[in-house]
Amino acid sequence: MNQPASAYFIEDRHDPNETHTLAVLVQNEPGVLARVIGLFSGRGYNIESLTVSETEAQKHLSRITIVTTGTPMVIAQIKNQLDRMIPVYQVVDMTQTKRSIERELAMVKVRGQGEHRVEALRLADAFRARVIDATTESFVFEITGNTDKINQFIDLMRPLGLVEVSRTGVAAIGRGPEGM
Amino acid sequence: MSDKSHDPNQMTGAAMIVRALIDHGVTDIFGYPGGAVLPIYDEIFQQSEVQHILVRHEQGAGHAAEGYARSTGKPGVALVTSGPGATNMVTPLTDALMDSIPLVCISGQVPTHLIGNDAFQECDTVGITRPCTKHNWLVRDVNDLAKVLHEAFYVATSGRPGPVLVDVPKDVQFATGTYHPPRKSDVHRSYAPRVKGDATQIRKAVSLLANAKRPVIYSGGGVINSGPEATKLLRELVEVTGFPITSTLMGLGAYPASGKNWLGMLGMHGTYEANMTMHDCDVMLCVGARFDDRITGRVDAFSPGSKKIHIDIDPSSINKNIRVDVPIIGDCGNILGDILQVFKAEAKKPDIKSWWQQIAQWRARNSLYYKKSNDVILPQHAIQSLFEATRGKDTYITTEVGQHQMWAAQFFGFEEPHRWMTSGGLGTMGYGLPAAVGVQVAHPDSLVIDIAGDASVQMTMQEMSTAVQYELPIKIFILNNQYMGMVRQWQQLLHGNRLSHSYSEALPDFVKLAEAYGAVGLQVHKPGDLDGAIQEMISVKRPVLFDCRVAALENCFPMIPSGKAHNEMLLPEQANDEATAKAFAGGKALV
Repeated sequence: MNQPASAYFIEDRHDPNETHTLAVLVQNEPGVLARVIGLFSGRGYNIESLTVSETEAQKHLSRITIVTTGTPMVIAQIKNQLDRMIPVYQVVDMTQTKRSIERELAMVKVRGQGEHRVEALRLADAFRARVIDATTESFVFEITGNTDKINQFIDLMRPLGLVEVSRTGVAAIGRGPEGM
Repeated sequence: MSDKSHDPNQMTGAAMIVRALIDHGVTDIFGYPGGAVLPIYDEIFQQSEVQHILVRHEQGAGHAAEGYARSTGKPGVALVTSGPGATNMVTPLTDALMDSIPLVCISGQVPTHLIGNDAFQECDTVGITRPCTKHNWLVRDVNDLAKVLHEAFYVATSGRPGPVLVDVPKDVQFATGTYHPPRKSDVHRSYAPRVKGDATQIRKAVSLLANAKRPVIYSGGGVINSGPEATKLLRELVEVTGFPITSTLMGLGAYPASGKNWLGMLGMHGTYEANMTMHDCDVMLCVGARFDDRITGRVDAFSPGSKKIHIDIDPSSINKNIRVDVPIIGDCGNILGDILQVFKAEAKKPDIKSWWQQIAQWRARNSLYYKKSNDVILPQHAIQSLFEATRGKDTYITTEVGQHQMWAAQFFGFEEPHRWMTSGGLGTMGYGLPAAVGVQVAHPDSLVIDIAGDASVQMTMQEMSTAVQYELPIKIFILNNQYMGMVRQWQQLLHGNRLSHSYSEALPDFVKLAEAYGAVGLQVHKPGDLDGAIQEMISVKRPVLFDCRVAALENCFPMIPSGKAHNEMLLPEQANDEATAKAFAGGKALV
């Protein structure tokens, strides 16, 4: 790359991007989510998906699951930057452990009549999606699965009268008896 | 039922703040009063253990606290009011975050029931300062205040030091609650910085060092932050190994400038020998530095043939800019001690005679050369004269940001740590004068000099008033070239010599300005008058503004042009127009 004359060195980044799912265990206190999100926006990291909830009420622990993309060096930076935050207990790279299960829940509203309606119901059955609301001209499906499966389901619903989608983002947990 | 009225730990939030300061050994704080901190100021009024220095602008309080912290190794404390008081602290907090300076800022906030109402002098202080502090807290309950204050001091001073902020609403300052002295449980269980280095990594490092043919030690501000033991061990390591050593801007003084293994500072305006040594080395030991972009130059051509050992207390510094071979996470004092122990037990001094011969050749290029003049004062000459005049004296130097800062780093020799206070990471013009105030408060009998530029110094000039009020005899040594010299240098090198807004058409008369503040003004134009004027400045026991008129168009060399590597430095004798144009070829950049 031709370097423009500048006080800064402009780097070519050739390393390919990777997608990683990080589980971040934090003290549940005011502002903790803002700190985590601020870190990502402030340092120019990507957030593909973010899921937060208190997981241990007595200990005031929350678990944040973040899906992010970046070069291996950037992913390592993200983990280190998260880990050095004062209210962060632990950062686990669920992708690196290669022993994790990822799930997402989506609610998908489809509107249509006749053959489209029948087809939507048939596909929902094939994807193990449940009907959680129905009118004579619409369904709301609840579907759980990994991100790819949900994307696929949504794509199939599109020509059948997809109205809207609400997704939880990814939650992840390790396989086997051990905790994080 | 216990009678709480006789419990000495029952007190108001405002009283807790002063009590906590005392419990943490704080003797001086810097601040500015306002509506949301009046209860704290009322407590300060009624005691004498903590001295409060009234600044003229909250930014001044922050930089003074930074200067205080860097020259003592203790945390600096600033006290500001809500709204503008807090927003004016953003620059010093960011500065302290970049340079790892322990700073505790206490800010007032509007009463809790008004938070979120756009009340008078309200701002989202914890929101605004979240990215520029190591951590911050909003205290909504007076019974949490003691715990938070103690944690704040611990977080600021432990691990990689940094600024913290505690935002205290006015009703919490008035409310009565229970205070407790500092205790371990005040700190988040999730915060446990690692200090001890991994033994396997230390062995790997020693093995690399022991077999090095072309080694270099590259140290940074972390050595100084770690404390006197780290400095001692670094010097011992240089002695035991016989390795050459260079340092970042922040690390100057950890190894003495008069030491025989000293290469001078490295980086963009570092010496030729330091940068060439970095480029050609086979083993690099980085101690408490972070491979900043001013240090590395072009990263893909940075020291291409070396194995790199990186000691840092902050894991996020590892592999951030430069991939290293042996990272060691922990306190550098601790790790240097371990390395020394293993090295002494198992290795012997490597023979690096030919490496030193090579370095001697680079040194012979005399990269800090400048041409003296009998007619005008060269800025480099002014700093050398100042250095000579202060030799053997108990001197502390602060700087602003720009050419004068680089010349100070190049030409002022530092023998000890904590003697050099400069804004490295953030590059804050206006840092030096208030920092000098803070240093002088910490060291009332020492000689404290701010090496300044005519542009920078005007950014926080109002703190001369503070210096006069508290009889702080700081010396503001202004290298006055009537330009924002570094801006102009870049415009000359990169922007076709179009000097867009880098010339100060109307400078104040610094001598009259000094007199207006009740300080002493001195001015010198001729090289022949310089030494006498410096002597006068030093002997005056009052604050001095020293207007040193220097060669207006002098530029700062040597220099690594942008996008270039360490071995492509532009040396002063080569810096003619043609070579410069070639070195900087490529057009303008957006960053």
